[in-house]
Amino acid sequence: MNNSRRSFLKAAGLSVCALSGGIADVAGFPAAARAGIAPGRYGKGENALRAKRWAMVIDTRKFCGPQDYEPLVEACRAAHNVPHIKGPQEIKWFWTDSYEHGFPDDMNEHLNKNVRESAYPLLCNHCGSPPCARVCPTQATYQMEDGIVAMDYHRCIGCRFCMAACPYGARSFNFKDPRKFLPDPVPNPAFPTRMIGVVEKCTFCAERLAAGQMPACVEASQGRILFGDLEDPDSTARQALAAGYSIRRKPSLGTRPGVYYLI
Amino acid sequence: MYNAKAVVAGIIIFVVLCTSPFWAGRTGQDYKKTGIVPPGDEKNCVENVTFMRAQHMRLLNEWRDEALRKENRTYIAADGKKWIISLQNTCLKCHSNYKDFCQKCHVANSVDPYCWTCHIIPGENK
Repeated sequence: MNNSRRSFLKAAGLSVCALSGGIADVAGFPAAARAGIAPGRYGKGENALRAKRWAMVIDTRKFCGPQDYEPLVEACRAAHNVPHIKGPQEIKWFWTDSYEHGFPDDMNEHLNKNVRESAYPLLCNHCGSPPCARVCPTQATYQMEDGIVAMDYHRCIGCRFCMAACPYGARSFNFKDPRKFLPDPVPNPAFPTRMIGVVEKCTFCAERLAAGQMPACVEASQGRILFGDLEDPDSTARQALAAGYSIRRKPSLGTRPGVYYLI
Repeated sequence: MYNAKAVVAGIIIFVVLCTSPFWAGRTGQDYKKTGIVPPGDEKNCVENVTFMRAQHMRLLNEWRDEALRKENRTYIAADGKKWIISLQNTCLKCHSNYKDFCQKCHVANSVDPYCWTCHIIPGENK
């Protein structure tokens, strides 16, 4: 009796060992298969502009009012098929607002009139520590290696956590089908539109940088907006920051914005 | 066996009913007969036809993740040819006939991808 129990336990132990090994093999296999379906390789374009941390420096001293920013706003709309919707359901990538709204934590009551009463162009700050990317439950928003905070609209479920998390109001939700508010044909047929139920925002024109072009607003600003690598001391952006006095929006929140305003 | 005739007949009817989709499939049309019109005289897409037919959706998903997340916007195919990763500007340049290519096959296979709520079909503007 004892003998048979002993042999049973031996057999049972060996089978468990063999089975668990088999399971590990099966579990390991799909992970390897998932690594990539394509037989080819991936790479960056030959003309692609690269940086360690993209940043924008806006020389507000060279703009005289909201009408000066209008061509830039339109360039952005045209490049990304951003619809014109009036009111609280507006889609904002690049827009203008007052100093009071843009920089609410500036406590200086006696700031000079010019700075206080000017209009300021606002856009996604492509933060160093982006709160929107931290709260996104589906990783639809993420930070890329070059510092751009990008979105994958395919994955956005429209929960709007990112809109609550963003302290700059730089994200807009598509309450309606945006195509209904776009002309036919769309301004830029090479760029997709968005669909109802997803959040969208400025992308620092990642698709243009990949093709060797500067962002649409930078191109339309005729040198009044500088765009470059924040980690490179010789970049135009860094030189402009070194030469003038610059501010950022709500720096006390610790999001480390990547958009600088020369005032 | 009691009521052997009825039971055997019942079993046969049951088996035929359960396997009816397979019999129907035998008489139905072949996958190759979806009537799609491949573009131009090209023999291959970015990869060979068999791979593309079976895996194009997975390839597109992989392209999306590589392009959007890793900024790898160039694909070097197995034959060494370089392609810019873009559904709208690369794929649809060749596959410009949406109705006779994408749609026909998707309808035949009862799949309903929602690519076109955002990506723009050539010739349809939006």
